[in-house]
Amino acid sequence: MSDRESDIRVPPATGDDGGGEVRYLSQSDLSVPTHQIVAPDGSYDAEAIPDLDDGELLDLYRWMVTDRVFSRRMVNIQRRGELGTFGSTRGQEASIIGSAFTLRPEDWLYVGRAWTPMFMRGASMTDMILFWRGIEEGQEAFAKHNSQIAISIGSHLPLVAGIAWGMHLDDADAVATAYLGDGATSTGAAHEGINLAGSLGLPALFFCQNNGYAISMPYGKQSGANTIAQKALAYGIDAIRVDGQDVLAVYDAVQSARERVKDGEPVFVESVTYRLDAHTTSDDPTRYREDEEVEHWEAHDPIERYREFLKSEGLWSEIDHDAIVEEIDAEFDEALAAANEMEERAVSEMFAHLYDELPPELARQLAEFEELLERRPEMYDYIEQRPKG
Amino acid sequence: MQATIVQAVNDALHTEMERDDRVVVFGEDVAESGGVFRATDELLEEFGSKRVVDTPLSEIAIVGGAAGMAMYGYRPVAEIQFSGFLPPAFDQLVTNASRIRWRTRGELSAPMVVRMPYGAGVRALEHHSESLEGAYGHIPGLQVVVPSTPADTKGLLTAAIRDPDPVLFMEPKRIYRSIREEIPEGEHEVPIGEAAIRSEGEDVTVVAWGAMMPPTLEAVEHGSVDAEVIDLRSISPMDTETVVESVKKTGRCVVVHEGPRTLGVGSEIVARINDEALMYLESPVERVTGFDTPVPLLSMEDFYFPHPPRILDGIEAALSD
Repeated sequence: MSDRESDIRVPPATGDDGGGEVRYLSQSDLSVPTHQIVAPDGSYDAEAIPDLDDGELLDLYRWMVTDRVFSRRMVNIQRRGELGTFGSTRGQEASIIGSAFTLRPEDWLYVGRAWTPMFMRGASMTDMILFWRGIEEGQEAFAKHNSQIAISIGSHLPLVAGIAWGMHLDDADAVATAYLGDGATSTGAAHEGINLAGSLGLPALFFCQNNGYAISMPYGKQSGANTIAQKALAYGIDAIRVDGQDVLAVYDAVQSARERVKDGEPVFVESVTYRLDAHTTSDDPTRYREDEEVEHWEAHDPIERYREFLKSEGLWSEIDHDAIVEEIDAEFDEALAAANEMEERAVSEMFAHLYDELPPELARQLAEFEELLERRPEMYDYIEQRPKG
Repeated sequence: MQATIVQAVNDALHTEMERDDRVVVFGEDVAESGGVFRATDELLEEFGSKRVVDTPLSEIAIVGGAAGMAMYGYRPVAEIQFSGFLPPAFDQLVTNASRIRWRTRGELSAPMVVRMPYGAGVRALEHHSESLEGAYGHIPGLQVVVPSTPADTKGLLTAAIRDPDPVLFMEPKRIYRSIREEIPEGEHEVPIGEAAIRSEGEDVTVVAWGAMMPPTLEAVEHGSVDAEVIDLRSISPMDTETVVESVKKTGRCVVVHEGPRTLGVGSEIVARINDEALMYLESPVERVTGFDTPVPLLSMEDFYFPHPPRILDGIEAALSD
């Protein structure tokens, strides 16, 4: 017997002995409830309403409308050639706002498809417009608010686990949150990141918006798993499946999850929602999905559902929907004007922030390039002027 | 028929799938939607869902899966949607695909193709614009091919699919649709590992490939230089002989590439010229390349890659010494 043996811990077999038969464990053995507070027809159990005051309930509405208006305006300016590409979040407002409403400024947030949560944390629409114009400065501002956008799908999950690891070492009163999509759960990085959080007990909150599609791939073909929530169980992480069209249910679920995560138990939330628009402005969804499906979801609009709730609670009279839309449109106009005012940047920007100090070879490349641009102004005939930012 | 580069990809896939029923095409969004660039358009309709498959969003599984399928006897042609998404699967290229033949002492091989659009200049997001052929060319056992014309695209992709070893096929997406030329009908093969001389000249050799060919040819024309322009076409294996013979004739050389300069393909070309034609050189070999920085986001990406004036500047520098 070596000394090491005492360190080898194999989890004991648990449960009954199987009675000598080969028995299969199946996902179908597990009933997976979907948390819902307000039903699609607007009815709800008053007891289940989360503890939010009237002002907060009205804020939820306002932020959802902000999300919708921002998507609409961004798609419009993209079509005018003022952005590169953009991914609308229309249809996912309840999922996005309900979850983000639980987060505190000291929490970290890495998003996939979600912009308003970053506004809620202090990022500006101007910076978001700059980012989608392909101007790096936008990201500097996001980082100041502990927020980031991950473009390479799933790549941020190990990163978020690492941030949570730091929080764990610091005993921080905060959580690290990764927003991800259904497609991201197929990446290797996602599995490793979630597993690390599970094995070390890190304060990581994985908020997965299952919006039905990874570009053209419907969830049913993305994975053989019945639900994404079930996947978390394999990592020893508890999961919640929530109706992502019900902002109160999402808030309730993520609020509950955040409390648990803060105590060092990572949680995975699957929010079932729908992407009403294309994957991005470069995508044509009519190639891979039926109009009837989209119409069905259009008829189950999350903002409309919440409106029914507000009416029942007698709060709708306090909302002037048109005035809210007007205000947000005005805010967007102002942000766009500010983005348009941004001065043209120097080529040194390309070399900035790659290292703490510019290494000699990079300095040489920059100097050569600056000298070339001066000597051969015809370079600018080839360097198309990009959308102003 | 007249075709663009992306249509040539599509034509090669159609032709090879028809010829060999072991050819299977898969990747993200390749079937139902026909690929985000439409490179795999109509394949699903023609060959069915067993041979044209939408995969989950899983680059590691796509590349590793292709290697396994190839070992078993199929001819997978996997698509990575953008070259910036290949890095997660780098491990499968290094650890498995490139070494199957070597590891099994020739008993098994991985005759697979990984196709992917590469390069900057289409206003894409972060991780969509990389040109890292130097990194992939560094992997022993992996062939790296970069076409620059529609006819070559069809011929080289055909050769890649038929090749008994793995090929990384990098498609210059910036010129996917900007060049249209006659491509051969039916089967058409261009051998991997042979460079093409695009224009003959006496004064300087200019080596480029992929999306850098059009600006290179424009620079040469614009500068009225008597340049010999070589389209390398294959990064690995590299056609040293064509480059060296040309340099022996001209005595001067410029290498143009979009990827970062440090440890880029240009460095290797300079080394090979030093090995075999040093005494013929009349001036140092010039490199006109991308910078050692990430490709900037779209607002400044056009500053990143070489344009004709920069290429011409490099040519003039090589001629001035």
